[in-house]
Amino acid sequence: MQTTVDPAEVAKFEAMAAEWWDPTGKFKPLHMMNPVRLDYITAQIAAEFARVLSDDQPFGGLRLLDIGCGGGLLSEPMARLGADVIGADAAEGNIKTASVHADQMGLEIDYRCTMAEALVAEGEQFDVVLAMEIVEHVADPQAFLSACQQLVKPGGLFLCSTINRNPKSFAVAIVGAEHIMRWLPKGTHEWSKFITPDELQTMIGMAGLENVDRKGFVFNPLTWSWSISDRDLSVNYVTAAVKPRG
Amino acid sequence: MKLDSDILIVGGGLNGPALALALGDTGFNVTVVDALPRGARGEEAFDGRGYALALASQRLLKAIGVWSRVGADAQPLLDIRISDGRAGEGPGPFVLEFDHAEIDEGPMGYMVEDRFLSRALLEAVEAHPKVTLIDGDTVVAQDIGPASVTLVLGSGRTLTGRMVVGCDGRRSGTCERAGIGRTGHDYGQTSLVCAIDHELPHGGVAHQFFMPPGPLAILPLPGNQSSIVWTESHTEAAHIHALDDEGYLAELRPRFGSFLGEISLAGKRFTYPLNLTVANEFIADRLALVGDAAHGMHPIAGQGLNAGLKDVGALAEVLTEAKRRGEDYGRIDVLERYQQWRRFDVAQMVAATEAANRLFSNDNPLLRTARDIGLGLVNSVPGLRRGFIREAAGLTGDLPRLLQGRQI
Repeated sequence: MQTTVDPAEVAKFEAMAAEWWDPTGKFKPLHMMNPVRLDYITAQIAAEFARVLSDDQPFGGLRLLDIGCGGGLLSEPMARLGADVIGADAAEGNIKTASVHADQMGLEIDYRCTMAEALVAEGEQFDVVLAMEIVEHVADPQAFLSACQQLVKPGGLFLCSTINRNPKSFAVAIVGAEHIMRWLPKGTHEWSKFITPDELQTMIGMAGLENVDRKGFVFNPLTWSWSISDRDLSVNYVTAAVKPRG
Repeated sequence: MKLDSDILIVGGGLNGPALALALGDTGFNVTVVDALPRGARGEEAFDGRGYALALASQRLLKAIGVWSRVGADAQPLLDIRISDGRAGEGPGPFVLEFDHAEIDEGPMGYMVEDRFLSRALLEAVEAHPKVTLIDGDTVVAQDIGPASVTLVLGSGRTLTGRMVVGCDGRRSGTCERAGIGRTGHDYGQTSLVCAIDHELPHGGVAHQFFMPPGPLAILPLPGNQSSIVWTESHTEAAHIHALDDEGYLAELRPRFGSFLGEISLAGKRFTYPLNLTVANEFIADRLALVGDAAHGMHPIAGQGLNAGLKDVGALAEVLTEAKRRGEDYGRIDVLERYQQWRRFDVAQMVAATEAANRLFSNDNPLLRTARDIGLGLVNSVPGLRRGFIREAAGLTGDLPRLLQGRQI
């Protein structure tokens, strides 16, 4: 953090960081889902770049962009695994919050208040681009995915997760998570902006990336835990794509 | 912010070093703080203490590279015979027998002397490049910060790490300093522990006699030697412990009869007052409790060390998986996975041990008949008996990978 920052501001962002990172607080659903998201992300990166997860700092030398990084729930683990991480978020508050927390943890992460299109204009490129739980919030998904494609180095990896559009996802993600469980603030999601896996993979293909994998993230209310599924993509799902070389 | 270690372990008994080795093997930097000076553990002479290691525990020791240092000194448990008895009468008419030949995994477990196991663990710790041992120093203060833990030692030295694990026994200071309460009660009984030399070979058979005052276990050690764990009321135990060796043996002899021939004492005599003490939480922010620090149990089934090693296997697996995901492994939501994994198992064990002790430690003729019939019933149904054998061998439940003999 720069020294010119107002101490009252810092205190505010420290409080926000505490909220973002409280496993039982407002962002509980993200914390609960994080282990399976990380299992998927780490396995895909390890496979694509021939890394061994039991090694110390297995992602050393990889440049990684986390678009829509929020409080840094994915950026921090990626930095711990040795990646050179840039966390981008359009909300200034998130960037300050994430920076304060990374500082507390002793992690070096380059957090920037910016958007995918701006990073393209700056000519930035990455080995790995993460766009987790973000595509359902952007105004023009196809334009966003095209920007992502330009941010991936040839031979690099693009991971994108979102929520399916069907009656079940409406019941679970909006009625369940926002209205009944109050896990998410009402109005967090707009159901009509949800995208089906086929639609997403078509758009990713049109952006010039090659789809290589897709899986579901499934919540089991009996065991109160998330798992990765090969077949059940009915609510939360994730896709992996690579950018062809040359 | 450079930390001294990833994980600080308080306690250098058995679980502490075992956990340090398991975590060191998966890449964590670990420091173990042991209150005892190095020379005080794993003494040359046999002191009479031994452990009945379940097969699953032996597999864990193998997986962390300790078994090769202790296996040659271990006695395989080939058969466990459980019977109801009264002093001077010998075993009751219905004997429950568990023979390892009924399961595929080999012996049900091993008897290992404390001196060999302690020494093997500490030697492995000293040889491990990722593990540091600080001996003869105690923790006097612990400070849990948002991203790290600081321990202050009696010597004035401070240590920092991502988290602390208390393997410091049933009076765990780590637990107390964290403000975690404990629940428990006194059983009104004391265990007398000693080793005996005997004339006749034991054939690798362990015996458990359920006597009215409490159980008597005879556990085979290598050669013509056995470890005895013998439970009496506090007053009776104090009386027996105060006797000279000859008087002590005179009390012991009629309790298990003459099937091992002449007996004499080998090593020291110990007493352990029995109480149940379970921590109200096994975890807090950047802190976990393992073994007796989490759950000190009645040793009726010899499950204390075995339960501790299950904790070791579960915690090492949870922390390693979290580290490989890049998670902040000291966070309470990561540690919650360890607590959830172990809590149910521990509760079940406490309940079963309590029930077994209540059922067997009394002279009520009605219960005596009921348990004689019960033992006979279990014995006559092979499927049921195999279930008990697998339970005794520690092969049931959701086993951590190290206890299946696999690497994490």
